[in-house]
Amino acid sequence: MRPDDRPVRIGIGGPVGSGKTALVAALCRALGAELELAVVTNDIYTDEDAEFLKRAGVLDPARITAVQTGCCPHTAIRDDISANLAAVEDLEARWKALDLVLVESGGDNLTATFSYGLVDHQVFVLDVAGGDKVPRKGGPGVTNADLLVINKTDLAPLVGADLGVMAGDAAVKRGERPVILCSLVDDPGAADVAGWVRAQLAR
Amino acid sequence: MNLLLLTDGRFPAGGHAHSGGIEAAVMAGRVTGVDTLAVFLAGRLTTAGRVAAALAAAAASGAHDLVELDAEAAARIPSPALRAASRTLGRQLLRTARSVLDAADLPDDLHHPVAMGVVCAATSGLGPADAARWAAYDAISGPASAAVRLLGLDPFRAWGVVAALMPEADAIAAGAAAGAARPLTHLPSCSAPLLDIGAEHHAASEVRLFAS
Repeated sequence: MRPDDRPVRIGIGGPVGSGKTALVAALCRALGAELELAVVTNDIYTDEDAEFLKRAGVLDPARITAVQTGCCPHTAIRDDISANLAAVEDLEARWKALDLVLVESGGDNLTATFSYGLVDHQVFVLDVAGGDKVPRKGGPGVTNADLLVINKTDLAPLVGADLGVMAGDAAVKRGERPVILCSLVDDPGAADVAGWVRAQLAR
Repeated sequence: MNLLLLTDGRFPAGGHAHSGGIEAAVMAGRVTGVDTLAVFLAGRLTTAGRVAAALAAAAASGAHDLVELDAEAAARIPSPALRAASRTLGRQLLRTARSVLDAADLPDDLHHPVAMGVVCAATSGLGPADAARWAAYDAISGPASAAVRLLGLDPFRAWGVVAALMPEADAIAAGAAAGAARPLTHLPSCSAPLLDIGAEHHAASEVRLFAS
């Protein structure tokens, strides 16, 4: 259980290019007015994700910290969380009233999940352009994440992806755990995902 | 056994994200393969490694004021980027050790080699000689591992280079332990200017895999 005296920490993971940074930006847009937010990014070899968020103007740049992961993004969010914990705690020390810290993983593979020593809840982000067979392949992210987001649904007709197959396979793998299909093109505020985040804060 | 616990590469204190300067050396074309890796590691061990071993042993001896010792550490790291990395690694180690070793009274912010010594002093059965061995080994194991990732080296050959340096590392650690309680003016101050210069270039480069 999370100690009551600190903000909720939510991890956002998933493969390269699935839209993790865009989802973080969308959540900042959707929740920035009602919640005190900060973000930690884990870039693979640049600070591009942090820079993207800063340029997008969705959050005060002083509330965004980039962590470097030395070729191993999964190590930094799972096996050795010390650099990420330090980044989160620095943000929490600087912004006393924080409600929520989002920790965005570097793009990795289907086995990369967050340690619950670092985050309270985790979201795994897939996209339809990565192939509609990915949910069937399962893996710890698809199967066990607290929320599975299937992103870029607007691309489904263009890449021949069957959303029904993806949602059905995800449901088989995940049982009762929630799945949200979303398109940040059609819904730049990711309303359903933002709603899920609000529900975690209310728990 | 406690020394094995602390020096295990899987001990979660954040070292995996740091290359010990070898990413900068690879970017600059100074390290390109196993032969140049051997030169780099020998240089790092006998300069930064020797200083780190001496600081770690001094910290573990309990004979010195930690604030003064930490200032001596800072004075031996000219590069601001490397000073920041050393502080980060020190903080991460102390935070991990506080939790893993159930040692709530450890300080929270020291340079990395000083932190190593303090952790040894707080760990049953460990002292200055262990701290010195840890610091000397850490000075070459981290960069060797990073070099394998960065250059796609044959890991057996890369670790063969590390193994060949063990006698030198032992000698450096022994010297550090022997001098652990001497006045701080006797601490070594060997420098490796290219490590400092490289660290500054690295910190300013747009594309890098490691934090330092």
